[in-house]
Amino acid sequence: MQHYWDRPLTWGTAGIFALGAVAVLAVVIVFVTYAIYFERKVIGWMQFRKGPNRVGPFGLLQTVADVAKLLLKEDTIPAKADRALFVLAPALAFIPSFLVLAVIPYTRHLQFADLNVGFLYYIALSGVSTIAIVIGGWSSNNKYALLGGMRSAAQMISYEVPLVMSVVGIAMMTGSLNLRDIVEAQQGYFWHWNFLPQIVGFAVFVVAAVSELNRTPFDLPEAESELVAGYHVEYSGFRFAFFMLAEYVYMYAIACLTTILFLGGWNPPIPQLDFIPGLIWFILKFLLVVFFLFWIRATFPRLRVDQLMGLAWKVLLPLAILNIFLTAAGMEIFGARG
Amino acid sequence: MIRTEELLLNVGPQHPSTHGVFRIIVKLDGEIITEATPVMGYLHRGTEKLAENLNYTQIIPYTDRMDYVSAMTNNYVLCHAVEKLMGLEVPERAEFLRLIVMELQRIASHLVWWGTYLLDIGALSPFLFAFSDRETILNLFNELCGARLTYNYMRVGGVKWDAPEGWIDKVKNFVRHMHGKLDEYHALVTGNEIFLSRIKGIGKYDADTAIAYGLSGANLRCTGVKWDLRKNEPYCIYDRFEFDVPVGQNGDCYDRYMVRLEEIRQSLRILEQALEQFPEGGETMGKVPRVIRPPEGEIYVRIESPRGEIGCYIVSKGKAEPYRLKFRRPSFVNLQILPKLLIGENMTNLITILGGIDIVLGEVDC
Amino acid sequence: MSEEENKPGETKPEAAEPAEAASPRPAGEPPEGGAPAASERRPLTEEEKAARRQAAAERAAARAGAARGAASGGAAGDAGGPEAPPKPPSPNQPLLDRAVQLLREQIAEDAVVEAWINEPNDHLPTLVLKGEYWPQAARLFRDHAEFGCRYLRNMAGVDCETHMEVVYHLLNMDTGRNYCVKIRTDRDRPSVPSATPVWETANWNEREIYDLLGVDFPGHPDLRRIMMPDDWVGHPLRKDYVPLDPEV
Repeated sequence: MQHYWDRPLTWGTAGIFALGAVAVLAVVIVFVTYAIYFERKVIGWMQFRKGPNRVGPFGLLQTVADVAKLLLKEDTIPAKADRALFVLAPALAFIPSFLVLAVIPYTRHLQFADLNVGFLYYIALSGVSTIAIVIGGWSSNNKYALLGGMRSAAQMISYEVPLVMSVVGIAMMTGSLNLRDIVEAQQGYFWHWNFLPQIVGFAVFVVAAVSELNRTPFDLPEAESELVAGYHVEYSGFRFAFFMLAEYVYMYAIACLTTILFLGGWNPPIPQLDFIPGLIWFILKFLLVVFFLFWIRATFPRLRVDQLMGLAWKVLLPLAILNIFLTAAGMEIFGARG
Repeated sequence: MIRTEELLLNVGPQHPSTHGVFRIIVKLDGEIITEATPVMGYLHRGTEKLAENLNYTQIIPYTDRMDYVSAMTNNYVLCHAVEKLMGLEVPERAEFLRLIVMELQRIASHLVWWGTYLLDIGALSPFLFAFSDRETILNLFNELCGARLTYNYMRVGGVKWDAPEGWIDKVKNFVRHMHGKLDEYHALVTGNEIFLSRIKGIGKYDADTAIAYGLSGANLRCTGVKWDLRKNEPYCIYDRFEFDVPVGQNGDCYDRYMVRLEEIRQSLRILEQALEQFPEGGETMGKVPRVIRPPEGEIYVRIESPRGEIGCYIVSKGKAEPYRLKFRRPSFVNLQILPKLLIGENMTNLITILGGIDIVLGEVDC
Repeated sequence: MSEEENKPGETKPEAAEPAEAASPRPAGEPPEGGAPAASERRPLTEEEKAARRQAAAERAAARAGAARGAASGGAAGDAGGPEAPPKPPSPNQPLLDRAVQLLREQIAEDAVVEAWINEPNDHLPTLVLKGEYWPQAARLFRDHAEFGCRYLRNMAGVDCETHMEVVYHLLNMDTGRNYCVKIRTDRDRPSVPSATPVWETANWNEREIYDLLGVDFPGHPDLRRIMMPDDWVGHPLRKDYVPLDPEV
């Protein structure tokens, strides 16, 4: 894909980019469909019940039916809501989630756009969704939505900082923010993958990532039992579908990012297994991260808002900074790949 | 010029966590509650007024529907009141059956409370586990009296249906199974860091406040007051069995949680003893006149329901219908402390505290 | 109207027989003169109301006599009539006597209108107090070392056709003693001083009694309807309540 970027832009290359984007979109949509299905199934199994199993063979068409229902619903906009913002919010939530997928490398050769500041691009764009949530909460003209939007803004801003800082250690060790280079630097055995040398950073990243996704145990903005769905309480139909889509696409993106940054991307755990294509390894690790997210959702209760903020600023941020110092010290003592 | 305002938020009456149709009007300053006003009466069905036109046996189904999560204890309080007023003897087998179903009901009610409380706090799975165990209990009740929730099982002078063949063994199996489950629940939830930080230190009050507000049940025992009507004012055949009364110390939500889970364990203990001593044969109904006409007078009886002290005050004028029937409902009295506890708390803690008081709206409104 | 009394006049000097509210009456006893049956609910005529008031007053007089006798601690002699042999004195009789004595000493001589033991209810000492002394009496019940009733178990309102009654069941948790206190008030403008300053439990209970029976509680911090909607007219639990929409 990369060599198309280097050529001057013509209708042909533009067409190729468009096709590539559609391909990525298609993959993501298929993922979202089955991620929702498997989330319900896995959580169901953990709760001694079967998940959906009626619609289609083994319930595989459940999400399709749900999305069809959402699309067929009446498009209600509350009477005193701010129409322009109300309509803008779901789109604004979804678009950055899709845009960040451009920099994810699946294998050495399979990547949409190879940016030297790939990780920075990711973080910068994912921050735009925070605005979308606040807009959604405000424009709904509903106190519950407003509370949810405010909580969410506070949460997401607070957790961006440890998220980014936990990756600084990796950037120091690799010497680059380019996602492909980060994966290339993890070649070798599985103990060369970044999750071991950067174990503190890994822990901070995982916690911050779950919080960025607004998933349990950090799902205050959508705390069903308190705020009755928080910032998207007034949304129904396809606008609600957009918010949900944005959440799951972000889950895809974060899972990919975790795999790339900490779990070695497409590298096999031992080099002798490299006859299995790297894409398969990538997918396996990715699925492991996604399963882990489902698992914590089924298990943990929710954190309170002040405890959440306390956790971000008083625990994760100091840990992330500590991680940077330790990495710097380690690099001085052991050399760059110590 | 930036100005902040207080927000008036309406929690309920349709809300996933208010455990029924219950409304709290909350004045918020940011996320802190400055004032909370409960509004109830959405489920008021006029049970006490209706009772003045019905004879005592006809009132029993109405009692089921008051505290619908714990219907057996409601049945019992009414039957016990009439029996005491009339001086009727209840046969041994009936007393045992009554005790067994009441303790099973206590376990079922606490399981509902546990599951829904954790659901409010955000953990999705314990709800399913609790209800799966409760299913076993409801199936037992279904075999016994044909209903899963509103049993209409007890009658003045005894019980309506005898235990079918093999029922006692099934209860024994359940008791064995539940001991292990309780340990699992403790392992899954009680030690969880997030859960503890949500619950410890929330909604604290001391023993004097609890007594002044007339709290009962786990709400009273969590402050250290050892008052359980099954021990202090024994009724039915509770004085024959050995069990402990779990008592907390701090009066916060965590203590209420632990007291209730311990109560499940003690109920299992009572059940084991009762099942062992269960009489072989015997009548299920005592000698009761065909028309139940208590003599003129009045009586107030109270028993320990899973929520606290449920009482029945009957004024009888010698007729088949009560002249005045009043139920002292524990959820109604326990709920009074809510506005006091909520001041200065977070919105999130509102749900935690409300869940910890364990109310059932059918009982609050009667 | 005197056939209502089953304590003929001769037993008044028979001091120890406690006048019980719970003594069984023959089932076929006709109701008080000409009162409408429970199924018809027409308002009572003036004569019927007067007749009931007189019957109630006579009963009260009989019980007050017995209570006076009980309070002076007379012996259980079989002095008077050849009627039923006197029942053994209730084990809680001394408690009742002491309660009446304390109230008489500390509050007022006429504070206690009636006092008896309710036998089926585990020999519950039951007292009827005068409404105007209730705030002080409530404090006495809560604070005095011999009462120590810090726990208000139950509060109920009863619409007796001639008057309204508010019943309080009190508990001393340390000794396990129970007392029942009744306050009577007239039906047209019922008013009982609020017990909320003494026991916080009374707060919503009083609101419920106000809502359903119409009893006013001066001194209550926030007396408004609790069960019925705020704009409801009437007090549903009253015996003469006519709903606005009887077809429903």
